[in-house]
Amino acid sequence: MTVAAHKAEDIAPGQDVLDAAREQVLERGVGLSEQQVLAVLRLGDDRIQELLALAHDVRMRWCGPEVEVEGIVSVKTGGCPEDCHFCSQSGRFPTPVRAAWLDIPGLVEAARQTAETGATEFCIVAAVRGPDKRLMSQVREGIRAIEDAGIDIQIACSLGMLTQDQVNELVEMGVHRYNHNLETARSHFPEVVTTHSWEERWETLRMVREAGMEVCCGGIVGMGETEEQRAEFAVQLAELGPHEVPMNFLIPQPGTPYEDYEVVDGKDALRIVAAFRLAMPRTMLRFAGGRELTLGDLGAEQGMLGGINAIIVGNYLTNLGRPASRDLEMLDELSMPIKALNDTL
Amino acid sequence: MPDRYCAWCGHPESEGEHATCRRRLASIDPPRYCPECARRMVVQVTPSGWTARCSRHGESASAPSVG
Ligand code: SF4
Ligand SMILES: [Zn+2]
Ligand SMILES: [Zn+2]
Repeated sequence: MTVAAHKAEDIAPGQDVLDAAREQVLERGVGLSEQQVLAVLRLGDDRIQELLALAHDVRMRWCGPEVEVEGIVSVKTGGCPEDCHFCSQSGRFPTPVRAAWLDIPGLVEAARQTAETGATEFCIVAAVRGPDKRLMSQVREGIRAIEDAGIDIQIACSLGMLTQDQVNELVEMGVHRYNHNLETARSHFPEVVTTHSWEERWETLRMVREAGMEVCCGGIVGMGETEEQRAEFAVQLAELGPHEVPMNFLIPQPGTPYEDYEVVDGKDALRIVAAFRLAMPRTMLRFAGGRELTLGDLGAEQGMLGGINAIIVGNYLTNLGRPASRDLEMLDELSMPIKALNDTL
Repeated sequence: MPDRYCAWCGHPESEGEHATCRRRLASIDPPRYCPECARRMVVQVTPSGWTARCSRHGESASAPSVG
Protein backbone atom coordinates (compact mmCIF):
# COMPACT_ATOMS: atom_id res chain seq x y z
CA MET A 1 0.00 0.00 0.00
CA THR A 2 1.45 3.36 -0.96
CA VAL A 3 0.21 6.86 -0.42
CA ALA A 4 -0.58 7.54 -4.06
CA ALA A 5 -1.91 10.79 -5.42
CA HIS A 6 -5.70 10.86 -5.38
CA LYS A 7 -7.31 10.79 -8.79
CA ALA A 8 -9.12 14.04 -8.86
CA GLU A 9 -12.31 14.71 -10.73
CA ASP A 10 -12.05 18.44 -11.02
CA ILE A 11 -14.99 20.76 -10.95
CA ALA A 12 -15.75 22.16 -14.36
CA PRO A 13 -15.57 25.96 -14.42
CA GLY A 14 -18.87 27.40 -13.32
CA GLN A 15 -20.21 24.07 -12.06
CA ASP A 16 -21.68 23.95 -8.61
CA VAL A 17 -19.95 21.45 -6.38
CA LEU A 18 -23.19 20.01 -5.03
CA ASP A 19 -24.52 19.50 -8.56
CA ALA A 20 -21.28 17.74 -9.42
CA ALA A 21 -21.50 15.65 -6.24
CA ARG A 22 -25.08 14.62 -7.03
CA GLU A 23 -23.99 13.09 -10.31
CA GLN A 24 -20.60 11.79 -9.23
CA VAL A 25 -21.14 10.60 -5.66
CA LEU A 26 -24.85 9.93 -5.38
CA GLU A 27 -25.34 8.40 -8.83
CA ARG A 28 -21.98 6.77 -9.46
CA GLY A 29 -20.56 6.26 -5.96
CA VAL A 30 -17.29 8.02 -6.76
CA GLY A 31 -15.93 10.04 -3.84
CA LEU A 32 -15.11 13.72 -4.14
CA SER A 33 -11.57 14.86 -5.00
CA GLU A 34 -9.51 17.04 -2.70
CA GLN A 35 -10.43 20.15 -4.63
CA GLN A 36 -14.10 19.25 -4.50
CA VAL A 37 -13.98 18.53 -0.76
CA LEU A 38 -12.43 21.94 -0.25
CA ALA A 39 -15.22 23.55 -2.26
CA VAL A 40 -17.76 21.79 -0.03
CA LEU A 41 -16.01 22.98 3.13
CA ARG A 42 -16.25 26.53 1.77
CA LEU A 43 -19.98 26.46 1.06
CA GLY A 44 -21.90 29.28 2.72
CA ASP A 45 -24.20 28.77 5.68
CA ASP A 46 -27.16 29.13 3.33
CA ARG A 47 -26.15 25.88 1.58
CA ILE A 48 -25.68 23.73 4.69
CA GLN A 49 -29.15 22.17 4.68
CA GLU A 50 -28.81 21.25 1.02
CA LEU A 51 -25.36 19.79 1.71
CA LEU A 52 -26.56 17.72 4.66
CA ALA A 53 -29.52 16.41 2.67
CA LEU A 54 -27.22 15.29 -0.14
CA ALA A 55 -24.78 13.64 2.29
CA HIS A 56 -27.73 11.83 3.87
CA ASP A 57 -28.97 10.64 0.45
CA VAL A 58 -25.47 9.38 -0.33
CA ARG A 59 -25.29 7.51 2.96
CA MET A 60 -28.75 5.96 2.41
CA ARG A 61 -27.96 4.96 -1.15
CA TRP A 62 -24.50 3.47 -0.57
CA CYS A 63 -24.68 2.30 3.07
CA GLY A 64 -28.36 1.99 3.91
CA PRO A 65 -30.37 3.10 6.95
CA GLU A 66 -28.67 0.95 9.63
CA VAL A 67 -26.53 2.57 12.28
CA GLU A 68 -23.66 0.68 13.87
CA VAL A 69 -23.51 1.20 17.61
CA GLU A 70 -20.28 0.72 19.52
CA GLY A 71 -19.01 1.08 23.06
CA ILE A 72 -15.39 1.64 24.03
CA VAL A 73 -13.35 1.31 27.18
CA SER A 74 -9.83 2.14 28.23
CA VAL A 75 -7.97 -0.81 29.76
CA LYS A 76 -4.78 1.15 30.29
CA THR A 77 -5.26 4.85 30.91
CA GLY A 78 -2.62 7.58 30.97
CA GLY A 79 1.15 7.46 31.20
CA CYS A 80 1.67 7.16 27.44
CA PRO A 81 5.23 7.94 26.27
CA GLU A 82 4.02 9.61 23.05
CA ASP A 83 3.39 13.35 22.69
CA CYS A 84 0.17 13.66 20.68
CA HIS A 85 -0.60 17.28 21.55
CA PHE A 86 -4.35 16.78 21.91
CA CYS A 87 -4.12 13.88 24.33
CA SER A 88 -4.76 13.99 28.05
CA GLN A 89 -3.16 10.55 28.38
CA SER A 90 0.32 11.57 27.27
CA GLY A 91 2.75 11.28 30.15
CA ARG A 92 4.65 14.25 28.73
CA PHE A 93 2.10 16.91 29.64
CA PRO A 94 0.96 18.05 33.09
CA THR A 95 -2.61 16.79 32.70
CA PRO A 96 -4.80 15.68 35.60
CA VAL A 97 -5.11 12.15 34.17
CA ARG A 98 -3.34 9.53 36.28
CA ALA A 99 -2.33 6.09 35.07
CA ALA A 100 -4.91 3.35 35.66
CA TRP A 101 -5.41 -0.27 34.59
CA LEU A 102 -8.82 -1.86 34.27
CA ASP A 103 -8.95 -5.41 35.64
CA ILE A 104 -10.59 -8.32 33.82
CA PRO A 105 -13.88 -8.28 35.80
CA GLY A 106 -14.10 -4.54 35.07
CA LEU A 107 -13.53 -5.19 31.37
CA VAL A 108 -16.19 -7.90 31.26
CA GLU A 109 -18.64 -5.58 33.01
CA ALA A 110 -17.89 -2.82 30.48
CA ALA A 111 -18.54 -5.27 27.63
CA ARG A 112 -21.80 -6.31 29.28
CA GLN A 113 -22.97 -2.70 29.71
CA THR A 114 -22.14 -2.07 26.07
CA ALA A 115 -23.98 -5.15 24.81
CA GLU A 116 -27.03 -4.19 26.87
CA THR A 117 -27.43 -1.03 24.82
CA GLY A 118 -27.83 -3.14 21.67
CA ALA A 119 -24.34 -2.28 20.49
CA THR A 120 -22.61 -4.86 18.33
CA GLU A 121 -19.06 -3.58 18.75
CA PHE A 122 -16.88 -3.30 21.79
CA CYS A 123 -13.50 -1.66 21.42
CA ILE A 124 -10.71 -2.29 23.92
CA VAL A 125 -8.34 0.66 23.99
CA ALA A 126 -4.96 1.26 25.62
CA ALA A 127 -2.87 4.43 25.88
CA VAL A 128 0.41 3.08 24.60
CA ARG A 129 2.87 3.57 21.75
CA GLY A 130 2.37 -0.11 21.04
CA PRO A 131 1.42 -3.11 23.17
CA ASP A 132 3.91 -5.00 25.33
CA LYS A 133 3.63 -8.62 26.47
CA ARG A 134 1.65 -7.66 29.58
CA LEU A 135 -0.95 -5.74 27.59
CA MET A 136 -1.27 -8.45 24.94
CA SER A 137 -1.90 -11.09 27.57
CA GLN A 138 -4.38 -8.82 29.38
CA VAL A 139 -6.28 -8.39 26.11
CA ARG A 140 -6.16 -12.12 25.40
CA GLU A 141 -7.44 -12.94 28.87
CA GLY A 142 -10.08 -10.22 28.62
CA ILE A 143 -11.45 -11.47 25.31
CA ARG A 144 -11.62 -14.98 26.65
CA ALA A 145 -13.46 -13.79 29.78
CA ILE A 146 -15.98 -11.80 27.68
CA GLU A 147 -16.66 -14.92 25.61
CA ASP A 148 -16.88 -17.14 28.69
CA ALA A 149 -19.43 -14.74 30.17
CA GLY A 150 -21.59 -15.36 27.09
CA ILE A 151 -21.59 -11.71 26.01
CA ASP A 152 -22.51 -11.60 22.36
CA ILE A 153 -20.49 -8.74 20.91
CA GLN A 154 -17.73 -8.29 18.35
CA ILE A 155 -14.36 -7.25 19.69
CA ALA A 156 -12.24 -4.48 18.25
CA CYS A 157 -8.93 -3.23 19.65
CA SER A 158 -6.94 -0.02 19.63
CA LEU A 159 -3.50 -0.65 21.08
CA GLY A 160 -1.23 1.65 19.12
CA MET A 161 1.42 0.64 16.63
CA LEU A 162 1.84 -3.09 16.07
CA THR A 163 4.51 -5.51 14.91
CA GLN A 164 3.57 -8.20 12.41
CA ASP A 165 3.63 -10.80 15.18
CA GLN A 166 1.20 -8.75 17.25
CA VAL A 167 -1.09 -8.32 14.25
CA ASN A 168 -1.12 -12.09 13.80
CA GLU A 169 -1.74 -12.63 17.49
CA LEU A 170 -4.77 -10.31 17.48
CA VAL A 171 -6.25 -12.10 14.47
CA GLU A 172 -5.80 -15.39 16.26
CA MET A 173 -7.56 -13.97 19.37
CA GLY A 174 -10.57 -13.23 17.19
CA VAL A 175 -10.22 -9.44 17.07
CA HIS A 176 -12.17 -8.52 13.95
CA ARG A 177 -11.40 -4.82 13.66
CA TYR A 178 -8.44 -2.66 14.61
CA ASN A 179 -8.57 1.06 15.27
CA HIS A 180 -5.55 3.18 14.58
CA ASN A 181 -6.16 6.81 13.69
CA LEU A 182 -4.03 8.80 11.29
CA GLU A 183 -5.39 11.72 13.37
CA THR A 184 -4.93 14.50 10.81
CA ALA A 185 -3.64 15.33 7.33
CA ARG A 186 -0.18 14.01 6.57
CA SER A 187 1.10 17.56 6.09
CA HIS A 188 -0.18 18.61 9.54
CA PHE A 189 0.82 15.52 11.50
CA PRO A 190 4.35 16.70 12.46
CA GLU A 191 2.74 19.70 14.19
CA VAL A 192 0.60 17.38 16.30
CA VAL A 193 2.93 14.49 17.09
CA THR A 194 6.74 14.44 17.13
CA THR A 195 7.45 11.05 18.74
CA HIS A 196 6.32 8.98 15.76
CA SER A 197 5.35 9.61 12.18
CA TRP A 198 2.23 9.44 10.05
CA GLU A 199 4.02 6.85 7.93
CA GLU A 200 4.60 4.60 10.95
CA ARG A 201 0.89 4.72 11.63
CA TRP A 202 0.18 3.94 7.96
CA GLU A 203 2.46 0.88 8.20
CA THR A 204 0.42 -0.58 11.09
CA LEU A 205 -2.76 0.00 9.07
CA ARG A 206 -1.23 -1.80 6.08
CA MET A 207 -0.40 -4.86 8.20
CA VAL A 208 -3.85 -4.87 9.81
CA ARG A 209 -5.54 -4.77 6.42
CA GLU A 210 -3.33 -7.49 4.94
CA ALA A 211 -4.01 -9.75 7.90
CA GLY A 212 -7.72 -9.56 7.14
CA MET A 213 -8.89 -7.41 10.05
CA GLU A 214 -11.25 -4.55 9.31
CA VAL A 215 -9.46 -1.22 9.37
CA CYS A 216 -10.89 1.57 11.52
CA CYS A 217 -9.07 4.83 10.96
CA GLY A 218 -10.08 8.42 11.50
CA GLY A 219 -8.91 11.44 13.37
CA ILE A 220 -9.64 14.66 15.16
CA VAL A 221 -10.71 17.96 13.67
CA GLY A 222 -9.94 21.26 15.34
CA MET A 223 -6.21 20.85 15.94
CA GLY A 224 -5.13 23.97 14.11
CA GLU A 225 -5.33 22.42 10.64
CA THR A 226 -6.33 24.59 7.70
CA GLU A 227 -9.39 24.01 5.54
CA GLU A 228 -7.05 22.73 2.84
CA GLN A 229 -5.63 20.22 5.29
CA ARG A 230 -9.11 19.03 6.20
CA ALA A 231 -9.71 18.34 2.52
CA GLU A 232 -6.30 16.69 2.26
CA PHE A 233 -7.13 14.43 5.21
CA ALA A 234 -10.48 13.40 3.73
CA VAL A 235 -8.89 12.16 0.52
CA GLN A 236 -5.99 10.52 2.34
CA LEU A 237 -8.53 8.52 4.33
CA ALA A 238 -10.47 7.76 1.16
CA GLU A 239 -7.28 6.36 -0.35
CA LEU A 240 -6.69 4.15 2.65
CA GLY A 241 -10.26 2.91 2.18
CA PRO A 242 -10.96 1.99 5.80
CA HIS A 243 -14.04 0.03 6.75
CA GLU A 244 -14.79 2.69 9.35
CA VAL A 245 -13.81 6.32 9.96
CA PRO A 246 -14.35 7.65 13.49
CA MET A 247 -14.66 11.44 13.51
CA ASN A 248 -13.63 13.25 16.65
CA PHE A 249 -13.84 16.96 17.38
CA LEU A 250 -11.14 18.31 19.63
CA ILE A 251 -11.97 18.46 23.32
CA PRO A 252 -9.36 20.90 24.66
CA GLN A 253 -7.77 18.95 27.49
CA PRO A 254 -6.28 20.81 30.46
CA GLY A 255 -2.50 20.58 30.61
CA THR A 256 -2.04 19.69 26.93
CA PRO A 257 -0.58 22.09 24.36
CA TYR A 258 -4.11 22.42 22.91
CA GLU A 259 -5.86 23.25 26.17
CA ASP A 260 -6.83 26.73 24.99
CA TYR A 261 -7.93 25.80 21.49
CA GLU A 262 -11.43 26.81 20.49
CA VAL A 263 -13.87 23.98 19.95
CA VAL A 264 -14.91 23.51 16.34
CA ASP A 265 -17.88 25.64 15.36
CA GLY A 266 -21.07 23.57 15.03
CA LYS A 267 -21.78 24.59 11.44
CA ASP A 268 -18.20 23.81 10.43
CA ALA A 269 -18.47 20.44 12.10
CA LEU A 270 -21.58 19.62 10.07
CA ARG A 271 -19.88 20.77 6.86
CA ILE A 272 -16.92 18.52 7.70
CA VAL A 273 -19.11 15.50 8.42
CA ALA A 274 -20.97 15.93 5.14
CA ALA A 275 -17.78 16.57 3.16
CA PHE A 276 -16.19 13.40 4.56
CA ARG A 277 -19.30 11.44 3.59
CA LEU A 278 -19.09 12.82 0.06
CA ALA A 279 -15.40 11.85 -0.08
CA MET A 280 -16.17 8.32 1.19
CA PRO A 281 -19.66 7.28 0.07
CA ARG A 282 -19.39 3.64 1.21
CA THR A 283 -17.41 3.98 4.43
CA MET A 284 -18.90 3.67 7.87
CA LEU A 285 -18.65 7.19 9.30
CA ARG A 286 -18.80 7.24 13.07
CA PHE A 287 -19.54 10.06 15.47
CA ALA A 288 -16.88 9.71 18.15
CA GLY A 289 -15.59 12.09 20.83
CA GLY A 290 -16.30 15.79 21.08
CA ARG A 291 -19.71 15.88 19.42
CA GLU A 292 -21.37 16.77 22.73
CA LEU A 293 -19.23 19.90 23.06
CA THR A 294 -19.22 20.93 19.41
CA LEU A 295 -22.72 20.05 18.31
CA GLY A 296 -24.91 19.50 21.35
CA ASP A 297 -28.10 17.43 21.10
CA LEU A 298 -29.61 19.14 18.09
CA GLY A 299 -26.37 19.06 16.11
CA ALA A 300 -25.90 15.36 16.81
CA GLU A 301 -29.26 14.75 15.19
CA GLN A 302 -28.35 16.90 12.21
CA GLY A 303 -25.13 14.91 11.84
CA MET A 304 -27.10 11.66 11.80
CA LEU A 305 -29.13 13.21 8.98
CA GLY A 306 -26.01 14.53 7.28
CA GLY A 307 -23.87 11.50 6.52
CA ILE A 308 -23.11 9.77 9.82
CA ASN A 309 -24.11 6.10 10.09
CA ALA A 310 -22.38 4.89 13.25
CA ILE A 311 -22.00 6.14 16.80
CA ILE A 312 -20.09 5.52 19.98
CA VAL A 313 -22.61 5.33 22.80
CA GLY A 314 -21.95 5.98 26.46
CA ASN A 315 -18.67 7.29 27.75
CA TYR A 316 -15.33 7.59 25.98
CA LEU A 317 -11.85 6.84 27.30
CA THR A 318 -11.30 9.73 29.68
CA ASN A 319 -14.34 11.85 28.84
CA LEU A 320 -18.02 11.28 29.40
CA GLY A 321 -20.60 11.05 26.63
CA ARG A 322 -24.31 11.59 26.96
CA PRO A 323 -26.22 8.57 28.30
CA ALA A 324 -26.56 5.73 25.78
CA SER A 325 -30.35 5.82 26.25
CA ARG A 326 -30.47 9.34 24.81
CA ASP A 327 -28.67 8.27 21.63
CA LEU A 328 -30.85 5.18 21.27
CA GLU A 329 -33.99 7.31 21.62
CA MET A 330 -32.62 9.64 18.97
CA LEU A 331 -32.10 6.73 16.54
CA ASP A 332 -35.60 5.52 17.26
CA GLU A 333 -37.06 8.95 16.56
CA LEU A 334 -35.10 9.13 13.33
CA SER A 335 -36.35 5.64 12.37
CA MET A 336 -32.80 4.45 11.94
CA PRO A 337 -32.45 0.77 12.85
CA ILE A 338 -29.46 -0.37 14.88
CA LYS A 339 -27.26 -2.66 12.84
CA ALA A 340 -27.62 -6.25 14.03
CA LEU A 341 -24.75 -8.52 14.93
CA ASN A 342 -22.91 -10.02 11.96
CA ASP A 343 -24.65 -7.82 9.42
CA THR A 344 -22.23 -6.13 7.13
CA LEU A 345 -22.98 -2.59 6.21
CA MET B 1 -6.98 25.84 54.95
CA PRO B 2 -9.88 25.78 52.44
CA ASP B 3 -12.45 23.13 53.13
CA ARG B 4 -13.39 22.14 49.56
CA TYR B 5 -11.50 21.90 46.28
CA CYS B 6 -12.77 21.99 42.71
CA ALA B 7 -12.86 18.46 41.31
CA TRP B 8 -12.00 19.73 37.83
CA CYS B 9 -9.09 22.14 38.38
CA GLY B 10 -8.00 21.21 41.89
CA HIS B 11 -8.01 24.79 43.21
CA PRO B 12 -9.90 25.86 46.32
CA GLU B 13 -13.61 26.32 45.61
CA SER B 14 -13.55 29.61 47.49
CA GLU B 15 -10.84 31.10 45.25
CA GLY B 16 -11.27 32.12 41.64
CA GLU B 17 -13.88 31.29 39.05
CA HIS B 18 -15.08 27.72 38.54
CA ALA B 19 -17.97 28.19 36.11
CA THR B 20 -16.11 26.47 33.26
CA CYS B 21 -15.02 23.69 35.61
CA ARG B 22 -18.61 23.09 36.65
CA ARG B 23 -19.79 23.08 33.05
CA ARG B 24 -17.18 20.50 32.09
CA LEU B 25 -18.01 18.35 35.13
CA ALA B 26 -21.70 18.51 34.30
CA SER B 27 -21.16 17.43 30.71
CA ILE B 28 -17.99 15.68 29.58
CA ASP B 29 -15.50 15.26 32.41
CA PRO B 30 -15.33 13.00 35.44
CA PRO B 31 -13.80 14.50 38.61
CA ARG B 32 -10.01 14.50 38.54
CA TYR B 33 -9.09 16.06 41.90
CA CYS B 34 -10.26 14.97 45.32
CA PRO B 35 -12.68 17.64 46.63
CA GLU B 36 -11.37 17.08 50.16
CA CYS B 37 -7.61 17.28 49.66
CA ALA B 38 -7.03 18.22 45.98
CA ARG B 39 -4.91 15.12 45.33
CA ARG B 40 -5.09 13.87 41.75
CA MET B 41 -7.32 10.81 41.76
CA VAL B 42 -7.00 7.56 39.81
CA VAL B 43 -10.05 7.69 37.56
CA GLN B 44 -11.52 4.87 35.52
CA VAL B 45 -14.16 5.77 32.96
CA THR B 46 -16.43 2.92 31.80
CA PRO B 47 -19.20 2.96 29.18
CA SER B 48 -21.84 3.85 31.74
CA GLY B 49 -20.01 5.63 34.55
CA TRP B 50 -16.76 6.36 36.36
CA THR B 51 -14.92 5.63 39.57
CA ALA B 52 -12.37 7.95 41.15
CA ARG B 53 -9.99 6.97 43.93
CA CYS B 54 -8.09 9.29 46.26
CA SER B 55 -5.19 7.61 48.05
CA ARG B 56 -6.31 9.33 51.27
CA HIS B 57 -10.09 9.62 51.00
CA GLY B 58 -11.08 6.48 49.16
CA GLU B 59 -13.31 5.81 46.18
CA SER B 60 -16.26 7.70 44.78
CA ALA B 61 -18.38 6.75 41.79
CA SER B 62 -20.93 8.18 39.38
CA ALA B 63 -24.58 7.77 40.20
CA PRO B 64 -26.00 4.50 38.82
CA SER B 65 -26.96 5.05 35.19
CA VAL B 66 -30.58 5.33 34.27
CA GLY B 67 -31.43 3.08 31.33
S1 SF4 C 1 -0.30 7.41 21.31
FE1 SF4 C 1 -2.47 7.49 21.90
S2 SF4 C 1 -2.53 7.51 24.13
FE2 SF4 C 1 -0.44 7.99 23.51
S3 SF4 C 1 -0.34 10.25 23.49
FE3 SF4 C 1 -0.86 9.58 21.40
S4 SF4 C 1 -3.10 9.56 21.31
FE4 SF4 C 1 -2.51 9.65 23.50
ZN1 LIG D 1 -12.23 24.72 39.15
ZN1 LIG E 1 -8.48 13.13 49.06
